[in-house]
Amino acid sequence: MTNVLNRRELMRRAVAGSTLLTVPGILAACGGSSTESSGSDGDKTLAKTLRFSNWTYYIDVDEKTKKRPTLDMFKKKTGTTVRYIEDINDNSSYFGKIQGPLSRGQSIDRDLIVMTDNTRYPSLLIKKGWVEKLDKSAIPNIKNLQGALAHPNWDENRDYSLPWQSGMTGIAYNDKLTDPVLSMDDLLENPKLKGKITLLNEMGDAMSLVMLANGDDPAKVTDATFDKALKRIQKAVDSGQVRQFTGNDYTGPLAKGDLSACMAWSGDVVQLQPDNPNLHWNLAETGGDIWTDNMLIPKGANVYTASVYMNFVYDPKIAALIEAYINYICPVKGAREEMLKIDPSLAKNTLIFPTDKMLDNVVIFDAAALSNQKYLEAWQNLISA
Amino acid sequence: MGFLHRNRGLSPYLLLAPGLLYLALFFLVPLGFLAYQSLQSGTFDVGYAFDWAWGNYWDAIRNYRGHFIRSLQYAGIATLLALLLGYPLAYWIAFRGGRWKNLLLLFIVAPFFVTYLIRTLAWETILADQGPVVGFLRDIGVLGSDGRVLATSTAVVAGITYNFFPFMALPLYVSLEQIDQRLIEAAQDLYASKWKAFLRVTLPLSLPGVVAGTLLTFIPAAGDFINAQLLGSPRTHMIGNVIQSKFLELTDYPAAASMSFVLMAAILLMVAIYARVVGTEKLTG
Repeated sequence: MTNVLNRRELMRRAVAGSTLLTVPGILAACGGSSTESSGSDGDKTLAKTLRFSNWTYYIDVDEKTKKRPTLDMFKKKTGTTVRYIEDINDNSSYFGKIQGPLSRGQSIDRDLIVMTDNTRYPSLLIKKGWVEKLDKSAIPNIKNLQGALAHPNWDENRDYSLPWQSGMTGIAYNDKLTDPVLSMDDLLENPKLKGKITLLNEMGDAMSLVMLANGDDPAKVTDATFDKALKRIQKAVDSGQVRQFTGNDYTGPLAKGDLSACMAWSGDVVQLQPDNPNLHWNLAETGGDIWTDNMLIPKGANVYTASVYMNFVYDPKIAALIEAYINYICPVKGAREEMLKIDPSLAKNTLIFPTDKMLDNVVIFDAAALSNQKYLEAWQNLISA
Repeated sequence: MGFLHRNRGLSPYLLLAPGLLYLALFFLVPLGFLAYQSLQSGTFDVGYAFDWAWGNYWDAIRNYRGHFIRSLQYAGIATLLALLLGYPLAYWIAFRGGRWKNLLLLFIVAPFFVTYLIRTLAWETILADQGPVVGFLRDIGVLGSDGRVLATSTAVVAGITYNFFPFMALPLYVSLEQIDQRLIEAAQDLYASKWKAFLRVTLPLSLPGVVAGTLLTFIPAAGDFINAQLLGSPRTHMIGNVIQSKFLELTDYPAAASMSFVLMAAILLMVAIYARVVGTEKLTG
């Protein structure tokens, strides 16, 4: 027996103490929104409940108790219960859902939401004035933000947003059902995979991978390269190769064996692996794309409480706990050192710490193309037609 | 009371008022707004403005003709299937159900205590490629060794049929249940065979149920998008999917609104033809 705790055991112990506290917390969360204060500037009192919309497979979970350890720790530390809602499946439908109330100046009943920078939505939300400025006085840990992520062109000084995670888009496959699928050529054109693959419905993800396979540069999209990639995907749709376009919901069919292979985000497959050892994830041979998901505070939210939570997850110790479970790329400096204390073997995990070779092989999709109406329409017609 | 006594002519209108008000508020006003929106142009970023943009309608028909046709086809096939499945079932419950009638009706309705989305997701699991149903169909040779049901038009049509089945079965049951048994006995006394009695007595008397069931199934089915999204593939998407993506994902409201009107017109046309063929008096019984 070794002395090293595995991460689940460690987290189990970490939560054990706070378990008792969470029962009233859950009850409070069930009580609905009556106790939740709506935001006002300068209000420095914590709300009883923080309403946090996130994607599936995107926070630490204790496999035994099904609780979320870091959220329990936040409750213990601040007294605020996090109502954690996994209702974001893809950026466009989530934006579609919230833009109605936001455009009418109504609250969407959330204090934190998470949107991806390889779509037009984070910048659109800021441009429309539908998100609040962070209360940076409550986020001293912002100093831990990775330098490379500090100045995105759509939010130069991170006044409105902080990264939640970064990740890469690649190919997942099930080795029980297919030989390794390592290239886009294989995924889109191998007749053995006909009807057994899905592509992502985010234009940035799907087009990046196909453009790279075409030998084009997704960081500088032109009409010609766009059309070429679009036609190639259209051909795969027409031939019946593509079963569906999906958001995060590819995980179900992939785990069940309905899919032999699919476009997938880097950390998800690792989380599926304990129950589905046949699943694998790789960057496509011709390369993938890298993106960052950003926490944003929608209008009408409790800015202070949301900012305090951001500060909490920018504590390297907390970031490490989340990271060790979800296997995405951490935006928090110092998390690596903390993670090595939890489990040195995690240092070898190339999904959390991509190798230089991997990083050379990923691109950031052209930001201008993301808000090009013509491209968006062509893309939407392709995936819904 | 005194007021109503003195103005007897007013009371029907007063009784109708809540219903009319409801329809005006929640049907006519949104419909008017949708019509207004369908003639706007612009983009989501800069905003939309009204300018009699009839081109939206032309674009809807030109670019998505295939989806309109596919939607009407799927809805038509599903309606027919629901009728073929529902009629014998409703007949049997109405005439042979005896004291079990109510329980049997409950069985038809029971799955619908679960939400639409969950029911459809359940079919995704039932029909999974690696699941027992598809495995069985492969074993008996209905499907090839690599065949599947999910992500095909069969799955979409089957899903629609299933999801709208009670809307067909219940009106059928009501109209069959009301038939006076003595009429059938009389027909048989007059030497009609059982089959002939059915054709000449039971079937005509149940037509109002057939018409009501058909309309209640066909109309919502033509605008459905959940079944195509969950059980279909990009090649089986219906016009509902396009409208949904225009509304929620592209936030192109004018396009979505004009498509909704084209769909409405197409459905009205189909219903008008149907009513013409069957005879309008059958609509009301």
